[in-house]
Amino acid sequence: MNDKIISLICGIIFGIGLVISGMTNPEKVIGFLSITHNWDASLIFVMGGAIITAGPFFYFLKNKEFSALGDKINLPAKQNIDKKLIIGSSLFGVGWGLVGLCPGPAISALATFDPITVVFLLSMAAGVLVKKNTIK
Amino acid sequence: MNNFTPFSALLGGVIIGVSVVFYYYMTGRLAGISGIFENAITKASQRLSNLAFLLGLVIGPLIYFNFIASSAPVAFNITHSYLLIIPGGFLVGFGTRLGGGCTSGHGICGIGRLSTSSIIATGIFVAIGMLTVTFLQQFGNYL
Repeated sequence: MNDKIISLICGIIFGIGLVISGMTNPEKVIGFLSITHNWDASLIFVMGGAIITAGPFFYFLKNKEFSALGDKINLPAKQNIDKKLIIGSSLFGVGWGLVGLCPGPAISALATFDPITVVFLLSMAAGVLVKKNTIK
Repeated sequence: MNNFTPFSALLGGVIIGVSVVFYYYMTGRLAGISGIFENAITKASQRLSNLAFLLGLVIGPLIYFNFIASSAPVAFNITHSYLLIIPGGFLVGFGTRLGGGCTSGHGICGIGRLSTSSIIATGIFVAIGMLTVTFLQQFGNYL
């Protein structure tokens, strides 16, 4: 099995999880962000379920040097809590609140065949490319 | 809380967690979707692998709709205002890459690894997302 097949399988499982969780629906996400009006706490259960499932495995696997496919594991270096982290996360928060889509659900939403999701993804790609070409 | 769906939310979350763990165990990489998306469109190395993951994200829901259940637990409902969609998409792309992660990279993988910066990043984007939605509800009423 190579990493392309594994990636495909993991993407499929992730996508099924997203649909079942309800988070592919922007209205549901906005319901969570709508803290002052009809608040829907479901998103906490999605993140909680994923963290509780993945957390212990990350802990027990943390000293592994090689993946099961034999690649050297390079976890991201400890990230500084700096201006980039704070401003970037804030801008992401604004975009997330405007539409109710973050990157995973935005891609899974293509499965609805609603053309507006393509417009969102193209705008998202533009944001990624502008960041990549302007800020190191 | 009209539309609170804790059980499907928890089940979906556990399934996402399984994907994240399996991906990490097999490839040694973290399933942060904004990072996978950036690499897929800007990096030649592992491009097919990254594209395969993104393709899976689309196939997963199609499998679900065709073979598991005829409709999602909650219906798809998105704004069709370009005034929200275009800046929203741009800020999600720009912001996640500047901040080093999104809901999956910081929110699930990062918090799952007890990373302080990810906990702070998640707190920020959730808080700012809440402020944005509250602001729109007060003044823009979803344009």
